[in-house]
Amino acid sequence: MNKWFGDLHVLQDINLSIKQGEVVVVIGPSGSGKSTLCRAINRLETINDGHISLDGQPLPEEGKQLAQLRAEVGMVFQSFNLFAHKTILENVTLGPIRVRKQKKEDAERRAKELLDRVGVGQQANKYPAQLSGGQQQRVAIARALAMDPKVMLFDEPTSALDPEMIKEVLDVMVDLAERGMTMVVVTHEMGFARTAANRVVFMAEGQIVEENTPEEFFTNPQSDRAKDFLGKILKH
Amino acid sequence: MDDVFSNFDLVLKAFALTIELLVVSALTSLVLGTLLAAFRVGPISVLAKAGTLYVNLVRNTPLLMIFIFVFIAMPELELNIENFFVKGCLALTVYTSAFVCEAIRSGINSVSLGQAEASRAVGFTFVQSMRHVILPQALRAVVPPLASVLIALAKNTSVAAAFGLLEATARMRYFTNNNADARPEIFITFAIGYIIIVEVLSAGAIGLERRWKVAR
Ligand SMILES: Nc1ncnc2c1ncn2[C@@H]1O[C@H](COP(=O)(O)OP(=O)(O)OP(=O)(O)O)[C@@H](O)[C@H]1O
Ligand SMILES: [Mg+2]
Repeated sequence: MNKWFGDLHVLQDINLSIKQGEVVVVIGPSGSGKSTLCRAINRLETINDGHISLDGQPLPEEGKQLAQLRAEVGMVFQSFNLFAHKTILENVTLGPIRVRKQKKEDAERRAKELLDRVGVGQQANKYPAQLSGGQQQRVAIARALAMDPKVMLFDEPTSALDPEMIKEVLDVMVDLAERGMTMVVVTHEMGFARTAANRVVFMAEGQIVEENTPEEFFTNPQSDRAKDFLGKILKH
Repeated sequence: MDDVFSNFDLVLKAFALTIELLVVSALTSLVLGTLLAAFRVGPISVLAKAGTLYVNLVRNTPLLMIFIFVFIAMPELELNIENFFVKGCLALTVYTSAFVCEAIRSGINSVSLGQAEASRAVGFTFVQSMRHVILPQALRAVVPPLASVLIALAKNTSVAAAFGLLEATARMRYFTNNNADARPEIFITFAIGYIIIVEVLSAGAIGLERRWKVAR
């Protein structure tokens, strides 16, 4: 697929397929198009040409079908984006009740399970602003999981977090990967990539420059751009 | 002044009509204004453009001209409405809804883009996202500007006085014409009536703001 923002060719001949249960980490310098790629997969951004399919079905253009598709694709944002006027529990039940038409009791029972699983069960009746960033991000993961998505997209889920909170979020993500969730994760957390990812996709200037297993990619990058990039992030 | 007090039922009746004009026009303006705001921020570009055109046209037209249009031009275009009260409400609604639209739109814009994206990502349609995520948050930010719009509406109902509706201002003119000796007192009496209406609106707005603040 291809995408332009005006004159900027932000996604250039991207060709990527992801198997069920696979965990793909997308890595690359700032502005290389990682977020745009992620957002294109659930059509928060439209693409100019090419096509995207999920589970064999091409992405619908708009309207109800598009909303249905998005329900099948969980998305976790860098800035959490919990619904500010809803409690933690309501954040997790709103989608199941309104989109999946589940009964309130069923949705709440499942939401509590998920909140316990990500370790914020105690916070169910608080509002997002009362939680730490790490807790909010784990709620955001629970909110996405409550829709039983076929794939989960994470766009730099830990980069707005203080260091001591990063681990609690990554632990939840590793657990998710181990349970067989299909995941696309934009992150610079090499620890996560090494433990949980099946594949690393390296992007630069709108192109996929290199794809490899995490071990191979980090120890033996092929392209100069990847070497250069790894050199920079390893120095920190 | 005795004339006013001995005919105080007429004063009350006139204010009742003012309040009826206010309440009916407020409700229809809120509905139409919210719809227009949804058009303006929505994904359908024809509707967005139509909403923008409407707001720009109406906001830049004096209220009196809209009244003249509804009461004098529309009948000539064979669009006559018999009932004066309905005509008055129509003129007030056409005008006020443009301001309601802008107040609500600014409220919607105060809700961060992330909230809309997150609700879309969960699988909400545009309407669901508006209803469950954006508007409830926008309304909080919107209470003060919306209160100003409704206060303006309360005062704007007086324009109807010139079009055969015997609301408070028309009744005041009637009294002042017949009681040249007590014009200031009559004026003050009616002004107090308007002040009470506006104060009730302000108190309502403050109450809502306080309640919604606690709910967060
Ligand atoms: N809505 C937009 N309109 C115009 N240009 C945009 C828009 N969104 C992103 N861009 C541009 O597209 C390019 C890719 O952006 P993108 O956010 O996908 O990069 P990224 O790889 O996620 O970067 P980062 O690591 O900083 O998050 C950047 O040059 C950015 O400025
Ligand atoms: Mg990004």
